[in-house]
This record gives sequence, C-alpha cells and structure tokens, in this order.
Amino acid sequence: MKITVLKNILDANLQTAERNQRLLESHDILAINIMASPGAGKTSLILKTIEGLGKEVAIGVIEGDIASTVDADRISQAGVPVVQINTGGGCHLDANMVANALDTMDLKKMDLLFIENVGNLVCPAGFKLGEQKRVVLASIPEGDDKPHKYPSMFSQTEAIVINKTDLLPYLEFDMEDFKGTVNSLNHGVKLFEVSAKTGGGFDAWLSWLKEEISLLRK
Amino acid sequence: MHELSYTQGVLDIALENARKAEAKRVTRINLVIGGMSGIVDDSVRFCFELLSQDSIAHNAELTFRHVPTRLRCRECDLAFEPESEQWGCPRCRKWDVELQAGSEFYVDSIEVD
Repeated sequence: MKITVLKNILDANLQTAERNQRLLESHDILAINIMASPGAGKTSLILKTIEGLGKEVAIGVIEGDIASTVDADRISQAGVPVVQINTGGGCHLDANMVANALDTMDLKKMDLLFIENVGNLVCPAGFKLGEQKRVVLASIPEGDDKPHKYPSMFSQTEAIVINKTDLLPYLEFDMEDFKGTVNSLNHGVKLFEVSAKTGGGFDAWLSWLKEEISLLRK
Repeated sequence: MHELSYTQGVLDIALENARKAEAKRVTRINLVIGGMSGIVDDSVRFCFELLSQDSIAHNAELTFRHVPTRLRCRECDLAFEPESEQWGCPRCRKWDVELQAGSEFYVDSIEVD
C-alpha cells in the first residue's frame, strides 16, 4: 500500500525552531544566528559588540562548536552569560540543541541573544534555529569570491558583516565585486564593513542592532 | 555529517505515517530532493541502515527523485540550470537571479505492508 506523505524532511526542526522563536519573542529578545567559515571572527565580532553595547543592552550568547569551550571561555570573561553547545562532530546547530540551551538561560534578563553557529558556510543555512535575523560574517583574508562559491548561504541572510577590514591594504580583496555579487543574490541585504580588532565600522553595526531591538518591542 | 540529522527526519516521518496506517512494515520510502540540498544519496542510505535497525522500516528501499536547481535571470529573463554552485547567468553573465526550483526536500510517499 502506498501512502502519500508530502512532508518536509526538516519538519521536526522547523517546528522546534518556531517554538524557540515564539519563546524568544515572548521575552522581547532579538536572537541573531551568526554563520561564517571557521576563523572569520564570529567570537571576536560578538566580543567587540559586547564592548560597545554591553552597558545598555543585556546580551546572552550560545556558542556552537564541534568541540572545546575555548569560545565560551572568552565570552564568559567578558561577563556575559554564555552556554556552550558541543555538537560532537555535527557540522551545524539545530533547533533542538538551541531549545536545550535556552532552557538553562535566564531569558527575563536578556535583550539580545547571539547564537554563534558552527564554522561552516554550507549546512547551517538549512537549519532554522528560532532566530529573528540571520547574519553571515565574511572576512577579508577569505577572499572576495565566497558569495560565488556559497550562494545558498549568502542569499538567505538579512545582513552580511565583512570583517578584518584593517587588512584591506595588505590583501587583494575587490570590495565592489563582493558587494555587487551579494546585492544581486540578495536584494536589500544589509552590509557592514568592520574590523573587530580596531573597532572600525562598528557604529553602523551597533546602530542596526539597537534599531532591530526597538522594532521588536513595538 | 549532516546526512545523519536529515536521515533521522526521514525515518521519523516514515514511522509516524506507517503507525497511523497500522502497517507492519515499511518497504519503500520515496524522497524528493532539490539540487540545493547537497545531499549525497549513499550517505543517506548508510545512515538509514544504522538508524532504522530495530524498527519496522529496516531494509526499506530508499528512492531519490532529484529536482535540479533552476534559476531565472532577472536581467535577461533566461531560465537555466546552473552547474554546481555557479549561479551566474550563462547568457548575460549577471548574478542577479531568482531561485525557481531546487530547494525541495521532502518525503513524497511511503509504501507499506
């Protein structure tokens, strides 16, 4: 006997992601899923953001890594609540892992939650976690061709942060070509050029975060 | 190893539908997979073998219907199937494209005894 099913394979993940999103929204928390390749500077971006916003915005962090607590330790030293998820070989976070992490966090005292995904420009694009916004982080040393190689990732994000701009004088990175490609792939995507090392370009990034937090509360 | 999570999803959906139909055995699972999913059939089969042990879906045959990624160029209106992840329009070379197909990712049907 044949049974017609027509059900999305990631349906269970989508449903958990929607539950996470409702939970976060009920606490007026802006949740941001940060995706990037390994070494693009995801943790450094979060740390510099804590430095700039930490006094006025209550920030929480979920750190996704295959192994280790190196990143969570760095965040914890900045005095921000952090939960480390080790995926044990898994190449992405899924909504269930995030649900378990949220269970252990005090959501009443949070305005902004960063979910740092596993460093990978492929699989994380397929798994919603319950975030309101997706941010893809690219960095100058990776080269300007990444959107050409990972169009799926760059086409499904609300904002793209280009990090390590302090290295622009030393490396060949065609910023206009990069911007042209991502604007074509993703009309209306927000672009920020920053250096998490020097703090350059952070004003626009921090303003956008504050604006999104206040929009969520309306 | 993202196939493991995907395959668990496939198995859960198959078992749930088999249970609703009060079936004794799942003999076949028909999947529809878009070109953007990056799914490797053999990896899914391998994971399924592991995950389905001790379930009524063990030894079920998996079939894959692949839907190619299909894009339309917003500049010159050409519809085309890109080679791998090269999303540039083959006629006007622009990367200003709209995804028309390729994100499919579902269990189409199952066959049960």
